[in-house]
Amino acid sequence: MIDRIFHGGLRYRLILAAGALMVLGGLVAYAHQLTNGLGVTGLSRDVSWGLYIAQFTFLVGIAASAVMVVLPYYLHDYKAFGRMVILGEFLAVAAVLMCMLFVFVDMGQPARVLNLILHPRPNSVMFWDMLVLSGYLLINLVIGSVALDAERTEAAPPRWIRPLIILSIPWAVSIHTVTAFLYAGLEARPFWMTAILAPRFLASAFASGPALLILLALALRRYSRFDVGTKAIQALATIVTYAMAINLFFVGVELFTALYGGNPHHTEPFAYLFTGIEGRGALMPWVWTGQLVALAAAVLLLVPANRRRHRILAVLCALVVGALWIEKGLALVVAGFIPSPLGHVTEYAPTTPEVAVTIGVYGVGVLVLAMLYRLVLNIRERFEMA
Amino acid sequence: MGATRRGFLKGAGLATVGAGLGLPILDPARLAALPDGVRESGPLSRLAIVVDVDRCRLDGVRQACIEACERAHNVPHLPDPAQEVRWIWSETFGAALPDQVHAHTPAERREAPVLVLCNHCEEPPCVQVCPTGATWKREADGIVMMDMHRCVGCRYCMAACPYGARSFNWRDPQAFVPTRMDGSPYSDYPMRTRGVVEKCTFCAERLREGLQPACVEAANSVPGGQGALIFGDPTDPSSEVSRVLRERHTVTRRPGFGTGPNVYYVAPAGAGAAADRGGPS
Repeated sequence: MIDRIFHGGLRYRLILAAGALMVLGGLVAYAHQLTNGLGVTGLSRDVSWGLYIAQFTFLVGIAASAVMVVLPYYLHDYKAFGRMVILGEFLAVAAVLMCMLFVFVDMGQPARVLNLILHPRPNSVMFWDMLVLSGYLLINLVIGSVALDAERTEAAPPRWIRPLIILSIPWAVSIHTVTAFLYAGLEARPFWMTAILAPRFLASAFASGPALLILLALALRRYSRFDVGTKAIQALATIVTYAMAINLFFVGVELFTALYGGNPHHTEPFAYLFTGIEGRGALMPWVWTGQLVALAAAVLLLVPANRRRHRILAVLCALVVGALWIEKGLALVVAGFIPSPLGHVTEYAPTTPEVAVTIGVYGVGVLVLAMLYRLVLNIRERFEMA
Repeated sequence: MGATRRGFLKGAGLATVGAGLGLPILDPARLAALPDGVRESGPLSRLAIVVDVDRCRLDGVRQACIEACERAHNVPHLPDPAQEVRWIWSETFGAALPDQVHAHTPAERREAPVLVLCNHCEEPPCVQVCPTGATWKREADGIVMMDMHRCVGCRYCMAACPYGARSFNWRDPQAFVPTRMDGSPYSDYPMRTRGVVEKCTFCAERLREGLQPACVEAANSVPGGQGALIFGDPTDPSSEVSRVLRERHTVTRRPGFGTGPNVYYVAPAGAGAAADRGGPS
């Protein structure tokens, strides 16, 4: 089964080559960062987290792809998701793996990474985030492999896996909640210190994860013989629609509290994002685009006819992923630091090495996901039977 | 009495464990000398600095404090101000203490330069978030310590600190450490590696030798700087710090955060000197 992982059509080999190229570029850039320190990034004493931690935050959301198919399939016996479940779980595996890599490349002393385990501090939310993320990775890897094996041998999955599957549902909620708590517990950062952050993380995760999953399922349907079925795609599209609407509502709730409430420390980061402060507002075009695209995508998704036409659905899902990437993979982390607690406006823009490392980590995700999906396709296409 | 006896046994037990772990706080002699339950009653002592903003106005005074600190700790001078390492530095009164200014605060007071440094908070957010215990609050005197050998460089503490008091070594600092004419560093304070966070420790290494923090000593040795920085134990009523906190109107940075800073500021008199000094305090 594993030995055939590199076998596939031209398209598959092109994807592997692209992924490998991304990783290669990332490795070169990371070597540069390792030699010269994180000073090669655009980070500063005022904006001390940037693209890496933002990608980590965004990808925790993508990992929600699993739970949104697992829950209906296993708890509500929603059979249409039968072929989708494994795709969702393996996407979660790739996403969580990238999350961990992004935290790793952000560390100033990566050689000391074991200190996190040798000297754990339960008072730090980071300790709990590490715990829930590695747990989620393990759970999805086990569930995915067992499901794959069951399919290969054409036997029912073993009974012991069911409690693990049930556990994976609240566990998925925990990864978004704990990741939000990383931010929401910091009094120094009023932009993050809001009770809506964890619910927002859940809503945006339940939109972006399944939206990416739809795109992947549509691509597989088009370019391979693997079809998850129209019913599954439609059901997932409904989930994306509602999650997106709820996310927009949460963003609105937060905007009201900040802007109408008018506490300056709470409003200033929003002012920086939407209007700029003292003429500085590098994120303005991004944030306006992101919010307008999010709004447009949510409204268009609400029209059932748009969801039924797969071409339109694909575009809308791409818009959802893009808008939420701007929201969580860019604006949310950076704006927490602007203005600084001392009121200084220091802007941030990632440097070339930083972008290259980021692309490299995504390259790892591409490779892992492509190979895991290859395993699924190999079995479904009955290559082994041949 | 039973309670005393139980207290003694508890103390003796703790002392044995403490001695085994090498924890000074559980030193047997210390526990034996303390009445039962005194450890619950509060900190044994605290260390604090009072910054007299008016006496810090002279550039020479602030410069002397900053330079003394940087020489004592081999603080690097990085070319890019955005990636600077700072232990003690100047901010405007309005930026450092935004709760103390308003729309009609005279510019002279708002823009008055003040020295800022780690506040050695009673509830330090940096200690709360550190995933490895590389930063911790010393029980005996409340100093927020930093172990630059354990720090993994995640910078969670920098996100958590409401005072910007933590600096990350974005580059290898050793090439940027100022040296004497002969190229040797000003002190034997350990050089840092890149990728770790550092900050003021109230000169824990100097206190051990019975010295005052370098900034305090420097301020007192500069003309016009006498009393610009006062160091001592605010829980000791006879200390100079206690006297100033009793007699002058002092404030701390961002009190609304509940961090309980141990650096106090005697607000500048500025244009409204009479109002500041004459109010009920």
